[in-house]
Order: sequence, then structure tokens, then C-alpha cells
Amino acid sequence: VTRLDVANLTRGGRDAVELDASAVKKTKPWEYAVRFLFGGLVSAAVGLVSHRWGPAVAGLFAAFPAVLPATVTLVRLHDGRESAAEDSRGASFGAVGLVVFALVVHARAEQWPAWLVLAWAAVTWLAVALALWALALRLHHHPPAPRHPAPRS
Amino acid sequence: MWSELVVRFIAGGLVVMAFSAVAEVLRPKSLAGLFGAAPSVALVTLSLGFLHHGPTFVAKEASTMALGAVAMLAYAMASLWLVRTERVPAWLGTLGSLAAWFLTAFGLKGAS
Repeated sequence: VTRLDVANLTRGGRDAVELDASAVKKTKPWEYAVRFLFGGLVSAAVGLVSHRWGPAVAGLFAAFPAVLPATVTLVRLHDGRESAAEDSRGASFGAVGLVVFALVVHARAEQWPAWLVLAWAAVTWLAVALALWALALRLHHHPPAPRHPAPRS
Repeated sequence: MWSELVVRFIAGGLVVMAFSAVAEVLRPKSLAGLFGAAPSVALVTLSLGFLHHGPTFVAKEASTMALGAVAMLAYAMASLWLVRTERVPAWLGTLGSLAAWFLTAFGLKGAS
């Protein structure tokens, strides 16, 4: 029974991970423009903050939610409240990963070459975020109801 | 300084757009949500920090970035709660979540 259930899950249950390449085209050009603008403006603003108030304050804003306001609003517009809530929940796992990202950079910045520090930190971000996401999925997943054998006629 | 700002603007825009394109194609949506808190602005900021100011500067930035990231967690949780609350319009949800970020970030920085 367990093997069957695993097979069912991997074959495309509700929570199976999927790539939907057509979604890129579904997103309108202006929505990408909005994200570009948000990301660009926040990054430039962090530069100004860094000039004016130094690295400690700039560091805070390096973790400013640049895209989240736009994506949550757009998801809510496209797919409704429940999807926007799921989007926010996912972002909270990403945020925990971001804490680890920052700690890795802090610990290694003065020891490793720059590219390796940033690459390694990015990998740990993804690993932590994915692990939390998978864990939450497992905890929230109610075990499937026992299947009764079909009555024989 | 202006040229640096232009570089930041373009690099930040591109990285954010790249991360959201990845988020767009991923299903289910909660997995896509991870990328809403991707280190996009962080990668641009820290790369330029290494380039212009060196590793000691970046280590300092990263130590407060950890506090900013905790604030990002507060943002996401506030957003989750507000989006589910009936009668809260989208703009108010965003505003409330941003308030959560600022309060947490500067609260933690003040306390540390």
C-alpha cells in the first residue's frame, strides 16, 4: 500500500513539484517591468543608504522585501487570497534561508574569495528554504484515508 | 557615485526579474513563494560591497543583514495573516507587512 501511495504522489499529486514553462509567457510584460523597477529601485536605494549611513544600515536593507509586495499582490489578483497566503508562507521559509545566507557571508567573507562566499551562501539559502518547505509539507499532509477494497459482486 | 547607482539599478532589476521568472514557473505556489525571499538585492549589494569596499565591509553588512532577514520573516508572517483576514484590502496588507519589516529590523538593530 505504501509503495502504491508513493507512486501516486510522484506521479503528480496536488503537492508534486512541477515546472510550467508556459507561465513565463502568461505573465504580462508590464508585470516583469514592475519587478525590474522594484528590484532596481531598492538596490539603488541600498547604495544611497550605504553612502549616507554606512554598512550596518545598508546591511539591514539588503534583506528588504523588494519583490514580495509586488508578487503577493499579483498572485492575489491572479489566483485569489488562498494562493497569496501560500505565497507568503513560502516566503517565510525563504526568509529563514536568508538568515542563514547572511550568517554564512558574515562567517566567511574575510576567509574565502568573494565569488565562493556568495555562491556557497546562495546554495545554503536554497537548501534551507527547500528543506523547511518539504518539512512543512510533510507535517501539514494528512495521511490518506484507508482505501477499502472494492466490493466484489 | 551616479554610475554606481545606475549599475545597482540595472543589476538589481535583472537579478530580481530572474528570480521571479524562476518563481513563476514553479508549482505549487508555496514553493514559488520561497523565491519571494530570495537573496536578490543581497547578492547585488554584497557583490558591489566586495568590489568597492572589501571583505571587512561585507562581513559588517552581512551581520546586520541577518537582522533584516529576521524582519523579512516577520513581513512574510504578517502578510500571511493579513491576506487571510477578510475585509483587509491588498494595499493595506502590503502596508501592514512593510510596517512589520521596519519595526522588526530597526527594533532588532536598536537592541543589538
